[in-house]
Amino acid sequence: MLFRVIQKDGLKRLFELLVAENTVIGPVEIGTDRHGLPIHGFSEVFDFHDVRLDYKTTKLPAKQYFLPFREDLATFRLSGKDWDKEVDYHSTKQHVFFGLHACDINALNKLDKVLLGGAYPMPYYAAKRQNMFIIGIDCLPQPYCFCRSMGSDTALHGFDMFITDLGGSYFVEILSDTAFNLLKQVESREPVEEDQVSYQQVVADKNKKFTTHVDTTDLTKILDMEFQSEVWKYWGDKCLSCGTCANVCPTCYCYTVHEQVDVDLSRATKTKMLYSCNFIDFAEVAGGHNFRPERHGRLKYRYYHKHRGFVEAYEESLCVGCGRCGESCLAEITVPEVISSVRGGTI
Amino acid sequence: MGNKLEFVPITHGHYHRRTDLAAFEFTYKAEITSIHRLTEYENLYRIQIIDPRERDQFDFLPGQFLMLEIPGIGEAPFSISSSPSRKGDVELCIRRVGSLTDFLAKIERGTQVGLRGPFGTSFPMEKMNGQNILLIAGGLGLAPLRAPIAYVQENRSRFNAVDIIYGTKDPSQLLFTYQYDMWRADDLNLHVTVDHADDTWTGRTGLVTKILEELFAERGDDYFQNTFAIVCGPPVMFKFVCNMLNQKDIPMQKMFVSLERRMHCGMGKCCRCNVGSTYTCLSGPVFDYWTVLNLKEAI
Repeated sequence: MLFRVIQKDGLKRLFELLVAENTVIGPVEIGTDRHGLPIHGFSEVFDFHDVRLDYKTTKLPAKQYFLPFREDLATFRLSGKDWDKEVDYHSTKQHVFFGLHACDINALNKLDKVLLGGAYPMPYYAAKRQNMFIIGIDCLPQPYCFCRSMGSDTALHGFDMFITDLGGSYFVEILSDTAFNLLKQVESREPVEEDQVSYQQVVADKNKKFTTHVDTTDLTKILDMEFQSEVWKYWGDKCLSCGTCANVCPTCYCYTVHEQVDVDLSRATKTKMLYSCNFIDFAEVAGGHNFRPERHGRLKYRYYHKHRGFVEAYEESLCVGCGRCGESCLAEITVPEVISSVRGGTI
Repeated sequence: MGNKLEFVPITHGHYHRRTDLAAFEFTYKAEITSIHRLTEYENLYRIQIIDPRERDQFDFLPGQFLMLEIPGIGEAPFSISSSPSRKGDVELCIRRVGSLTDFLAKIERGTQVGLRGPFGTSFPMEKMNGQNILLIAGGLGLAPLRAPIAYVQENRSRFNAVDIIYGTKDPSQLLFTYQYDMWRADDLNLHVTVDHADDTWTGRTGLVTKILEELFAERGDDYFQNTFAIVCGPPVMFKFVCNMLNQKDIPMQKMFVSLERRMHCGMGKCCRCNVGSTYTCLSGPVFDYWTVLNLKEAI
């Protein structure tokens, strides 16, 4: 990893260089909440003044750009009994992400493990993933963030460049030669000891600001032992099975598939849509048998997949602790509370 | 110098290890060459891959499944019910239970469908050499077991005693009745039972567990120490049958079950078949019973 320091206006210059010839996605203000506070989201940006680098965690993750809610997997040309299948991996679109938080970068790293790894990489995801240039940015913990507990408060890889605000300048970590070459066009310098001290101070200050914690010690074993716990029923009774948590989660990738035929019967489309394991029919099989007919069973499954199953398969949790699910949950179910109650065996 | 970024393949993923990305959606074009009505609800479809070269390349093992696609209607997983020696010419036994299978029930011979796969794990037939084989099927569970049965028939000398216990609710639901005599002729001990007999039924009645108890009484302990068991049926059957087999000291790693789930990809991505940490499509559908015991909500 290489380090550089750029001045504040250098970042603006960098943005202008990028936006001139690339599609740039960045955090913007998309509205205000009932308290008059800004709500942030990712959107295509053209002007540096629209970018909110000090943004709070966005309501929705940047998932729409690499795991779209709705995506065509294939189209069929139909002609009588004959047909032809056409697959397009939608690989032409390139995206520059200007200002992803460490949790969202780590979410991508986790998705990579399941969607790019194994015997069958998913080409639709791979095509988008290899067409990304990611500039990460440091952030301040929000009340619902527990990324530090999940080990996702810093990103070690999965970005091209990561910037940290030192007050008067930016501290830049560089991970790719694309980023290195880009940075040549902006005035930058080697960090001096003073910069390193400032950087460590920023990190120390940030760490003090986490208010939510999750104890993950031996969590896989505890989840196994508490599989029959009454605690799940308590949370299941509250859960609305609405799927909001999966929708706002940066790592939820489960999907369903629908096929439809055009009105003139000449074409058919196979479409993938993101789905939620909280939906009632998620584990239903042909014939109507449902392996998880009750809400608490489905809620429990979601926790088992994220905090036990994924750990077993990849030695890390599928949760990055961004806290979006708890913040958006209409029933006010939060991961720290659920895990704490499961650990304690009490509500 | 322009600032159109040169995007290079990611290096922190594993994507570059495999170049054959098209495998995800590669679909064999196939034709339904015959439709054989087995019962009121089940048909046996013989499906042939159209391209002769693709037919030669296609290979599967007993227990594996295919994704069958009807463009515009949908795609669903089905266990292969035919012998692996007949390569690009597979048979699928399909019950009418949903929109795709309803559509299948109405189509004619000659319809072109898509096949993806084969996917999943298989019954370890090689390991069963020189051993007894006990196949227990309930209802539609005979469909996936027909592939290992065909394998055993074709390689009969490699195995010792082979018992098939098969039960359905009533005689009208029995599958593959036309093959029973052939199986018996090939020295497979077939025990058929129904829960509810009608006037035409002259065979056994009762659950498969009843037949299993009788078999236990008939065979000595030596038999079970050298036996592989393969079980497939409705979820409720697994627990009872596998517990009984376990009490007879058949090691759990020599007992195999075939589990079914809804699947959209067959490749461990859609998560619909996920049981805890395990994708039924990748680690299954064939599991040994020890693995199943460690999978919560598996059966």
